[in-house]
Amino acid sequence: MAPITMIEGIRQAMFEEMDRDPAVVAIGEDIGVYGGAFKATEGLLAKFGRERVIETPISETAIVGAACGMGFLGLRPVAEMQFIDFIACCFNQVTNFVAKSHYLWGAPVPMVIRGPSGGGVHGGPFHSANPEMYFVHTPGLKVIYPSTPSDAKGLLKSAIRDNNPVLFFEHKFLYRRIKEEVPEGDHLVPIGKAVVRREGDDLTIISYAAMAHTAMEAAEQLAREGIEAEVIDLRTLLPLDRETILTSLKKTNKLLIVHEDTRTGGIAGEIAAIVCEGAFEDLDGPITRVTALDTPVPYAPTLEERFLPNTEKVVAAARELSKY
Amino acid sequence: MSNPLTREQHLDLYYFMQLNRQLEERMVRLFRQNKIVGGLYSSLGQEGVSVGTCYALEKKDWIAPMIRNIGALLVKGVPPRDIFTQHMAKYTSPTQGKDGTSHFGDLKVRHIVSPISMLGDLIPVMTGVAMAGRYLGQKIVALTWIGDGGSSTGAFHEGLNLAAQQRAPFVLIVENNQWAYSTPVSRQVPVKNLADRAVAYGIRSWIVDGNDVAAVYNTTKEAVDECRAGRGPALIEVKTMRMRGHAQHDPAEYVPKQMFEYWRARDPIALYEKYLTENKIWDAKTKAEIDARIERELDVEQKFAEESPMPPAELAEEGVYCEGCHAIEATWQRAKAEVSPPASSFEPGWEVKDYGAFAEVEAIRKETAAPAVFAPAGNAGGNGAKVSKPIVKSGGKPQPKPPARGVEPEVPEVPRVPFGRGPKDKSVREAQNPRDRHAHQNPRDKRGRR
Repeated sequence: MAPITMIEGIRQAMFEEMDRDPAVVAIGEDIGVYGGAFKATEGLLAKFGRERVIETPISETAIVGAACGMGFLGLRPVAEMQFIDFIACCFNQVTNFVAKSHYLWGAPVPMVIRGPSGGGVHGGPFHSANPEMYFVHTPGLKVIYPSTPSDAKGLLKSAIRDNNPVLFFEHKFLYRRIKEEVPEGDHLVPIGKAVVRREGDDLTIISYAAMAHTAMEAAEQLAREGIEAEVIDLRTLLPLDRETILTSLKKTNKLLIVHEDTRTGGIAGEIAAIVCEGAFEDLDGPITRVTALDTPVPYAPTLEERFLPNTEKVVAAARELSKY
Repeated sequence: MSNPLTREQHLDLYYFMQLNRQLEERMVRLFRQNKIVGGLYSSLGQEGVSVGTCYALEKKDWIAPMIRNIGALLVKGVPPRDIFTQHMAKYTSPTQGKDGTSHFGDLKVRHIVSPISMLGDLIPVMTGVAMAGRYLGQKIVALTWIGDGGSSTGAFHEGLNLAAQQRAPFVLIVENNQWAYSTPVSRQVPVKNLADRAVAYGIRSWIVDGNDVAAVYNTTKEAVDECRAGRGPALIEVKTMRMRGHAQHDPAEYVPKQMFEYWRARDPIALYEKYLTENKIWDAKTKAEIDARIERELDVEQKFAEESPMPPAELAEEGVYCEGCHAIEATWQRAKAEVSPPASSFEPGWEVKDYGAFAEVEAIRKETAAPAVFAPAGNAGGNGAKVSKPIVKSGGKPQPKPPARGVEPEVPEVPRVPFGRGPKDKSVREAQNPRDRHAHQNPRDKRGRR
C-alpha cells in the first residue's frame, strides 16, 4: 500500500467505520460540504448523506450534548471540534455529563470527540493548545494522542468501537508532514497500550504526539554520541500504560519525559509519581522533563520556538541525565 | 376538541399527583429524622407540571427530568422505592448510592436520561436523543424540562437552536416556578413571558397554567403530536410556583407572604379534586380508595428503603468505564440500507435561496416603507417592523408564528410582579380569547370563575 498522511489515516478510519456500521455518524461544524477545516471528513457527506454527516451551528456544547444523546440510543457519534481549543466551550458537558454517566447511573456513552491540537504551526494562543490534561484528570474519559498515520487510523477505529467516551487529539503539525504505510484490512490499534519506538539501555525517553518524533530525532543524535535511548510513545494518555513505562525504566534506570503540553500539571508529573511508587529503587538519576513553558502558546515564530520543546532541548537534557 | 381523557386517565392524573405529594411529604419526615443523607428539593405545588407533561408521552418516548420532576418519574413507571432509596443513599437505589435525589436514569426500559446539577445541559442531550430516534425510525419524542433560572444558560441557547435547526422531535417544558433559588424571574430575564424566547428560535410555543393538570396535559399532548408529525421542536412555558424553598434548608423568607397565599389558593391537587367532583368523574369513595392505595403502596416502598443497606465501600472504585458490562446496540426501525451507501449517497452543496440578509432587509424596507435600519433593542417596532405579540392562553393556544428574521424582539419594561404571572393575572386575562377551542377543558372555567 502507498504511504499515507495522518489526515488521510483519520479520513480512512471515518470512512471504514461509517461503512461498516450505520450506527456511526459524524457531527460537527463545517464537516460536510466543506469537508472540515482540515479536510478530515472530506467526501463523507457525498457517500453517507445528511442524516449521517450532521453539520451544526457553532455550538460546541450542543455538539457534544447531542452526540451524547445519540449514544444513549446506541449510535456511535464522532464529534469534531474544529480546533481542539474550542473543547473548553463544552467543558461542562464533557466532564460533568458525559464522563460521569456510566459511573453514576450505568449509562455508557459510546462517543468520540476528535479535533486538531498542538502548536508549531503559528496558530497563536487559541489554535495551538494541548488541553489533554484537563481530560486526563477526568475519570470516565479515555484520552488518545497518536503520533503516526497508522496509529491514528487504528486508534480512531478502536475509539469508535469503544463503549466509553474517547477524546482523540490529532496533532495538526503531523497532519501532512509525515507519511507511512498503513497495514491493509481492518487495522485496529488497542487503546491503553504504549509502544516502544526505539530500544536502548542508557535512558528512557517517554513522549507522545509530535514530541514523539522530536524524541526519536534526539535519540538518533544521542546515539551518535554513544548514548542509547529507549523511546516510548504513549499513544494513550488515559488509561496510561504503567507497565510499559515501569518495564523500560527498570531496564534503563533513567527517565526523561518530553511533552508539548505546559509544564505544571503535565503528564510528566503523573509519570514521575508512577515511577516513584513503582520503581523508586531502580532510579539512577533525577526524573527529568522537557516541556513547553508555563505560558499560553505565543504567536511569533521566535516566541513559539522558545515556548516549544525541540530536539536540541531534549538532547541537552538527556546528556545531563546520562551523567548520573 | 373534546377532552380526550377517559375516566381512568383522569383518575390516573390524580393518583400520580397525589402519589408525588405524599411521597415527598414522607421524605420531609425522613429528612427531619436524618435518614436522608443529602439535600431534599421539594416540588410542592408543581405536581401538575411533572404529571401533566409526562402523561402526554407514549411509553417509547424519552424524558430527562429536573430534580423536582419526581411526578414525571412516577408516570414513567419508576417505583417510589427508587426515589426513597436514592435520597437515602442506599445500595438498592438505581445508582447504588453513587448519586442522590432524582439523579438517575434508565436507558433500556423507561427511557429516562439522568439529570445533572448543571442546568441546561439536558437540552442538547435530549436534542441528540430526538435526532437519534428519528434516524433509527423510532418515531419517538424527547422531552425535558428547564426552569426559569436554567433558561438563562448558554446550553439552553445552543441546545434549542440546534434542535430548531435540525427540526428535532423535541419538546422543551419551561417550568416557570417564579424563583431561581432566591431570585425572582423578573430579576433574571427582561422578557414578559419565557415562551417569548421561542420566537428567536423559529419554533412554536405555548403558555399554559401549570397548576391546571388537564390543561398541561392537553397542551403537551398537542406539542408532542406536532413533534411526532415532524413539526418540532416545541416549547411550552408552564406558569407555576415553587411552594417551598430551594431545598429543605431554605425557609424561603425572601418570598412575599401574599405570593404564597396567592398560589396556595391555586394548589394543583385541590383544584383538580374539585374539577373531578364537579364533573362527576369521581366521588368521595373513589378518592378514599385512591388515597388508601397510595398510603398502602408508600408504606411498602418506604419500608423497603429504610431496611436497605448502605453500599459497600469498595463500590466506590467500580464502574468508571463500561468494560463489556453493557451491550450497546441501536434499535433499528427502518432498513439500515436506507442510510448506507449507495442509498445514502448525496450531492453535496448548499442552496442559498435569497443570497443572504441584504435581500431580506430590502424586502422589509419595501414592505414597511421604512428605512432599512434596525432600531436598537428596546425600541423595536418603532421602525415599522412587525413584531408579534404573544397571546397567552390557558389551555394551550399556540403563539403566533415568529416574525420575519432580522426583526428586533420587543423588550418590554421589567415589570414588578410579586405574584408571578400566572394566567389569573390581568395581563393574561386580557389576552384570553373567549372563543378558544380549549377553554372548556379548564376546570376553573367550569366553575364560572372567569
